[in-house]
Amino acid sequence: MHRLRQFIDQAGWPRIIIGLLLVSLFAVAPSVGVSLSASLTDTIVRFGMNGVMVLAMIPMVQAGCGLNFGLPLGIIAGLLGATISIELGLVGVAGFALAIVIAILFALIFGWGYGVLLNHVKGDEMMIATYVGFSSVSFMCIMWMVLPYHSPTMIWGYSGQGLRTTIAVSGFWSQILDNFLAIHIGPNFMIPTGTILFFVLMAWIMWAFFHTKAGTAMTAVGSNPDYARASGISVDRMRTTSVILSTVYGAIGILLYEQSYGFISLYNGPFFMALPAVAAILIGGASANKANITNVIIGTVLFQGILTMTPSVVNAVIHSDVADVVRLIVSNGMIVYALTRATRKSR
Amino acid sequence: MTRKYGFKDAISRLFVNNAVPIIFIVFIAFAIPISGFSAPYLIQEIIIRAGRDSFLILSLLLPIMAGMGLNFGMVLGAMSGQIAIILVLNWGVPGVGGLFLAMAVATPMAILLGWLSGVILNKAKGREMVTSMMLGYFMSGVYELIVLYFMGRLIPIHNPVLVLSRGYGIRNALSMLTMRLSLDNLIPLKIAGISIPVATYMMIGLLCVFIWWFGKTKLGHDMRAVGQHMGVSEDSGIKVERTRILAIILSTVLACYGQIIYLQNIGTLNTYNGADQTAVFAVAALLIGGASVVKATIPNVFIGVVLFHLMFLVSPMAGKNLLGIAMLGEYFRVFVSYGVIALALALYAWKRLKERERTRRSLRGEEES
Repeated sequence: MHRLRQFIDQAGWPRIIIGLLLVSLFAVAPSVGVSLSASLTDTIVRFGMNGVMVLAMIPMVQAGCGLNFGLPLGIIAGLLGATISIELGLVGVAGFALAIVIAILFALIFGWGYGVLLNHVKGDEMMIATYVGFSSVSFMCIMWMVLPYHSPTMIWGYSGQGLRTTIAVSGFWSQILDNFLAIHIGPNFMIPTGTILFFVLMAWIMWAFFHTKAGTAMTAVGSNPDYARASGISVDRMRTTSVILSTVYGAIGILLYEQSYGFISLYNGPFFMALPAVAAILIGGASANKANITNVIIGTVLFQGILTMTPSVVNAVIHSDVADVVRLIVSNGMIVYALTRATRKSR
Repeated sequence: MTRKYGFKDAISRLFVNNAVPIIFIVFIAFAIPISGFSAPYLIQEIIIRAGRDSFLILSLLLPIMAGMGLNFGMVLGAMSGQIAIILVLNWGVPGVGGLFLAMAVATPMAILLGWLSGVILNKAKGREMVTSMMLGYFMSGVYELIVLYFMGRLIPIHNPVLVLSRGYGIRNALSMLTMRLSLDNLIPLKIAGISIPVATYMMIGLLCVFIWWFGKTKLGHDMRAVGQHMGVSEDSGIKVERTRILAIILSTVLACYGQIIYLQNIGTLNTYNGADQTAVFAVAALLIGGASVVKATIPNVFIGVVLFHLMFLVSPMAGKNLLGIAMLGEYFRVFVSYGVIALALALYAWKRLKERERTRRSLRGEEES
């Protein structure tokens, strides 16, 4: 009993409720005619799609910059990588690799500027990050129209100018990682091995980084900036590094998402993409100043599980598309909850 | 030390304090001639639009006074206003009577939501803005649940015009024909061919007087004290948490009235994608007027609303005339709304950081001497 109470205290009620909800959804699913194996496949695929973007939250949280509501900036770097790679006409592995390289280059530049900005506004990072994200997405809305792209698969057919709102990557690198060594069991069950392996690789890099000297310094900056400065760590430099790392992960994350999804969403597509990632890591047990890879994995599984299971089960039971609204309420409610729980740090 | 930095600091402080309005005035001064609009047209449009939006923007002032920053949670008020409008349309009450009935119906909802919002923000001291913004997103989910799934099922809606063909849920866009412009045209007045919505401006004037008077009451003083320093106020016997909750309740209720006034001018209710944008535009307008996160005055509201709408009017035409793509101007003004909020927030946070460093430097100087 004592141990149970301790567990509840540690995990917090919202997480337990969400966990129980997911378990009960999986329990109910077969009896209302929802295929369990298809649902599991969906959950795993979505985990792979979103995992890296959730990983992107870790560095900034650890360095004390708060939750990265400015993730759309990294996503834009990824979109630039994807569109430029398609513009150059590369297909297959080469195309995807080039997209990643270009995306990383843009993410380094954007992340550096974003990091320097956040160093000037210590204490208000999350609010400003949100609006840096929003304004960069709306700025890119203009750019997608004016930038000199020519590839006929990407520009509007009738005006011959400006990129389309959604671009299919089917001829280029659609599902290139999903299908790599994919394991099929039965007609409905599939594991997108390549994507999962890629996620594991990215998670391992993140884990390894936080075990280097620089990574430890970053954590020190986040938990006690004064102590970190006293022991000779450049606080601003560590914070900038964390923001760059987060932006790079965001850029790679969206490419992983796109290859699995099969489409690139431009214009207003990235607007609210930070919120699911933020919600996922919070559901996984992270707070605004502490996060690790376990939080990412648990959170993404729970959140994406809820996302796949609620629509299918609710649809099967009451024939209604109410699940989409429920998803919004759950994810945004989780963020509000975490913001009210986060202890205010000494500034 | 201080003398060396004094002059430079003074200039940079002046620019930093008024950077946003200055940038906008310069931009608009260039864009008006390019757009090719005539002066009477612009004046008429500004009078209509300022009447439409000022009430909403004024609702942001009290939380700023109480040190809670920009209340992005004002969308909670806007949503209760919209729910009340739907109910009044259902009951079929026309004209100004309908508007005031909607305000009456919405008030308890707004008070309840404002109280909830205040309680939540008290648990997130120091990060009120981001929390109120997320609370707004959270509540738009709840709003959608109520309007799209509960109305027509749990909440009886008998007017078939309002309900989706599937039998429950409210349609995407509702025409408010019976209430449209009912407040604006209540007291008609035309000066030199330009019509002025007198009654709307009277309500705005009343609210300004209220805010001015409120600042002089005991509660107003308390609010300002809480905004200055929570700890000191608590020690001097002010109930800090209660004062903050009251500021948010007032803001939410005012935002709810503001949204109803806004809707009677627009004349159609965009059921699902109107309310959550309200805060962005109101906040952007206030910041363009030269307000900051800690200081906003009634003149900021009016300067802001005029500059904001001039920019809104002029930029699509200017974009079209300059580059030949009308859509660019559309994207441009969305970018400006978000960009100005980012810029103003960043400038403010940067200024505060600098001031903190300055005080730290001066403290250190005293220690050394």
